[in-house]
Amino acid sequence: MASLSMTDDSRFGLRRQVRLAGPLPLDSGAALGPVDIAYETYGTLNADRSNAILICHALTGDQYVASDHPVTGKPGWWWRLVGEGKPVDPARHFIVCANVIGSCMGSSGPASLDAATGAPFAMRFPVLTIADMVRAQAMLLDHLGVDRLSAVIGGSMGGMQALTWPTLFADRVESCVVIASTARHSAQNIAFHEVGRQAIMADPHWRGGDYYADGQVPSAGLAVARMAAHITYLSEAGLTEKFGRRLQGRDAKTFGFDADFQVESYLRHQGLSFVERFDANSYLYITRAMDYYDIAEDHGGSLARAFTASQARFCLVSFDTDWLYPTAESRIIVHALNAGGAQASFVELSSPFGHDAFLLECPELNRVVDGFLKGGRA
Amino acid sequence: MSEQLRPDLALIARTVRQGARVLDVGCGDGALMAALRDNAGVDARGLEIDGSNVADAVGRGLSVVQGDADTDLRYYPDASFDYAILSQTLQTTRRPDLVVEELLRIGRQAFVSFPNFAHWRGRISLLWGGRMPVTRLLPDTWYDTLNIHHVTVDDFRALVKDRGWTIDGQWFLKGDKETTHANANLFAEHAVFLLRK
Repeated sequence: MASLSMTDDSRFGLRRQVRLAGPLPLDSGAALGPVDIAYETYGTLNADRSNAILICHALTGDQYVASDHPVTGKPGWWWRLVGEGKPVDPARHFIVCANVIGSCMGSSGPASLDAATGAPFAMRFPVLTIADMVRAQAMLLDHLGVDRLSAVIGGSMGGMQALTWPTLFADRVESCVVIASTARHSAQNIAFHEVGRQAIMADPHWRGGDYYADGQVPSAGLAVARMAAHITYLSEAGLTEKFGRRLQGRDAKTFGFDADFQVESYLRHQGLSFVERFDANSYLYITRAMDYYDIAEDHGGSLARAFTASQARFCLVSFDTDWLYPTAESRIIVHALNAGGAQASFVELSSPFGHDAFLLECPELNRVVDGFLKGGRA
Repeated sequence: MSEQLRPDLALIARTVRQGARVLDVGCGDGALMAALRDNAGVDARGLEIDGSNVADAVGRGLSVVQGDADTDLRYYPDASFDYAILSQTLQTTRRPDLVVEELLRIGRQAFVSFPNFAHWRGRISLLWGGRMPVTRLLPDTWYDTLNIHHVTVDDFRALVKDRGWTIDGQWFLKGDKETTHANANLFAEHAVFLLRK
């Protein structure tokens, strides 16, 4: 594949989807095949195929990292980091972002049709892990003719995939950027996810996951799951600053259970707008994958051992108000990398926005990522 | 990168072997690391407590980890570097002796540079003024200085002797010039020691 023909090659561009034969063996012992993957590419793979960057998205993210979302019309979710003149720049990099398997934006997930029955998989879809998502990404890169990644970059669950990459494909990753993330899901992380799952499964519309036929989806449950999770993405200071105890469109408390407070109204809005773009069963599957995530556990209890085969450079960034994946989690990764002599950088950045900071305006983040990516060229 | 290095750093940069592996503890914005990388092909890693300094250093393509010399050195394996460097940081640590022990465990050799609190200007300030010295080199007042362990050249030599470390080199600075070893405790503004176990 010569780089000049990329514009004619249907594998490359926006809003791509591919069906890979598979089967993809999964950590559970099951296998998935065929595997659908929805993805986008930006920029051009250079002649020596050395400029590929994979961007990994978070729990409810998608492949539209730097192009307008087809449902919401909003700009790409990481336009601050990926785009012209940004640290990840299609003028210099060949950028790939794929919807994770288990999701609902075009990649295989519980809403996909099971070829065996012709009906949606629903809860018959196999349970996945973060490593399974990464292996599916590797299959996509094979299809695109990308052997090595100049960088794999992700925040939150995207950071988990980025960190997993060099543990599974040591010789395919040159550098790894892990933002606001962790090497394992903590008890608290699992606990919050379980609240969300129970809210979905308690919704009478859920019906064991078989809700696709009549369009009566468990939106109330999914909205509550989103509301609970959304609190964990913000900081107390951020909530106080944005809403305080201010009332919503009224002068006095109603002595009822309407959304008296602005923060209630905001959360309800977050929940309602989320159900329009996300599948409840996908939410169950992806949160489960995150809960099963523990890189050290997969390497005999030693996180350091997970990276010994890799020559990759690592850059870790945490945010001081992120209590979902706090700085201490990033430090655990850094200490393991130092123990193994890996080239590692780590910085805790200051932001009032909690976990969500990685998606929001943060010039320092851009400076760090830009410098780190350029540092590899020295 | 041709930025002017602080005199003690320039001295260390001149002494580090080509292509060595270096851990710079308290590396600031990475000026020394960048010079070592660019001029001597050194594989340099850094540890720095201040986040904005770390962002500067990573922004220039260096491998720097935000952390604390008092608590984070234990995560580095034995003899994993040719040199561990502690420049102008010794006097800010909670347990300078333990930090140097760690440097000598991690690095085959360790550079330690520090301001000499027994320099005559400081002595005069204390003797005649009765006040803790505030000088060009030590510009902060006693209550807002980061320097929590005031050390002199002779103090440091005594510590080296007590712990049985070996001095492979020692340099003394007055301004940006090297000065004599004789009466260094009185006349040196800065000291740089190269130690091994």
